[in-house]
Amino acid sequence: MNVTAKTFSWPETHPKVFLLIAALAWVALYRTLAPASEALVAALPVDRASHLGSALQFFFYDTPKVLLLLTGVVFVMGMVNSYFTPERTRALLAGRTEGVANAMAAGLGIVTPFCSCSAVPLFIGFVQAGVPLGVTFSFLISAPMVNEVALVLLFGMFGWKIASLYLGLGLFVAIVAGWVIGRLKMEAYLEDWVRNMPHVQASAGLSALTLSERIEAGFASVREIVGKVWPYILAGIAIGAAIHGWVPENFMASFMGKAAWWSVPLAVLIGVPMYSNAAGVIPIVQALLAKGAALGTVLAFMMSVIALSLPELVILRKVLKWRLIATFVAVVAIGILIVGYLFNAVL
Amino acid sequence: MKEIKVLGTGCSNCKATVRLIEEVARGKGVEIALEKVEDIREIMTYNVMATPGVVIDGQVVHSGGVPTRQKVEGWFPATASA
Repeated sequence: MNVTAKTFSWPETHPKVFLLIAALAWVALYRTLAPASEALVAALPVDRASHLGSALQFFFYDTPKVLLLLTGVVFVMGMVNSYFTPERTRALLAGRTEGVANAMAAGLGIVTPFCSCSAVPLFIGFVQAGVPLGVTFSFLISAPMVNEVALVLLFGMFGWKIASLYLGLGLFVAIVAGWVIGRLKMEAYLEDWVRNMPHVQASAGLSALTLSERIEAGFASVREIVGKVWPYILAGIAIGAAIHGWVPENFMASFMGKAAWWSVPLAVLIGVPMYSNAAGVIPIVQALLAKGAALGTVLAFMMSVIALSLPELVILRKVLKWRLIATFVAVVAIGILIVGYLFNAVL
Repeated sequence: MKEIKVLGTGCSNCKATVRLIEEVARGKGVEIALEKVEDIREIMTYNVMATPGVVIDGQVVHSGGVPTRQKVEGWFPATASA
C-alpha cells in the first residue's frame, strides 16, 4: 500500500470535478492574456509604438497563449489517445476494403498515439493482421503529419482557417497517397522476412481504463510533449516577434510569392531531406508567412518537412525495399505538390 | 534474478525506460539482468506494436511510451526474492 499521500491526488478521486474546474480555469486564464501582455509592455521602459515595443507585445501575448493552447489540446488528446491503442486501430482496419479503409486509417492516424520509432513494429503488426498495404501507408502518412501539436500551433499562431486547411489537406494527402500506393500492388517490395511473419488475429482488447486513469494519461502526455517542445515554441514566437516588429512587408514575396511557379516544387524538394517535428518547423513557417510568402507554398513546405522524415525512412528501410520507399516518398511528395499548387491557385 | 528486456530501436523513450527500470530496481535492492533488444526482428517475436516494450521473464508487461514509475514499481514487489 502506498502510504505517502500524493499532494495532488484529488483529481484522481474526483475526475469529473477536476475536468470542470480545469476547463473553467483555462478559459479564464486565456482571456487575461491580451490585456496582461499590454500591461507588461506598459510597465517596461519601452515605447509601445516602437519596433521593440511591438515585438515585445507580440512575444508576451503569443508565448503564454500558444503554451496554454498546447497544454489544453495535448491534455485532451492524451485522454483521447487512451481510447485508441495501436491494437484497437489495427483491429478496426484489418481486412477492410480500400477507399473507406484509407479514410479511416488517415483519421485514426490523428488519434492513435504514435512515436516514429514505433513506425516499424506498428507497420509489421498491421501487415500481420491483414491490413492492406495502402491502408497502412495512409496511417503512416497521417500519424506524424496531422498531429495535434501542429494543429494547435497553426491555430494559435495563424488562426483557425489555416489550421483547418492543414488538417483537411493533410488527411487528403494521406488518404489519396495511401490509396495510390495500394493500387500499385507493391506487396512484393516488402522485405522477405516481413512477408514471412506469421499471421495474427487482430483483436481489440477492451481497454478498461477509468476516467481518472485517462486523466493521468493526459497529464503524462503534457509532461512528455510540452516538456519536449516548448523551446521550439519560444524560438518560433521570438522569430515571429522580431519579424512582426522589424521586417518590412513583402520581403519574402519576391522568391516565395505566388508569381514564382517554381516555388512550390522548390519548397517540397527542400522539405524532403529536412526533418523536424511539428513544433520545430513552426519558426520557419512563421518567418515565411508573416511577410508575404504564398500560403500554399508554405503549407507544402511544412507538410514535406514533417511527413517525409529521413530518420523514419532509415528505420522503415528494415522492412521495405528501396523501390517501395522511393515510391512512398514520390507519391507523398507529388500529393503535397498538388496541394500546394491548388492552394496558391484558389486563394 | 529477473530477466528484463527493453525492446526498442534506440530513441530517447527507450533509453528513458532503461534508466527508469535500473533506478527503481536499484532503489528496491532487486537484482536484475537487463538487456536492450534493438534488432527489429527479435522485437517482433514479442508481437508488440509500439516501442518501448518491456519483457520480464519472457512475458510482455508493457508496450508503448515510457511506463509510469508506479507501473515499474509494481513489477518489483517488495516481498520478491531473487
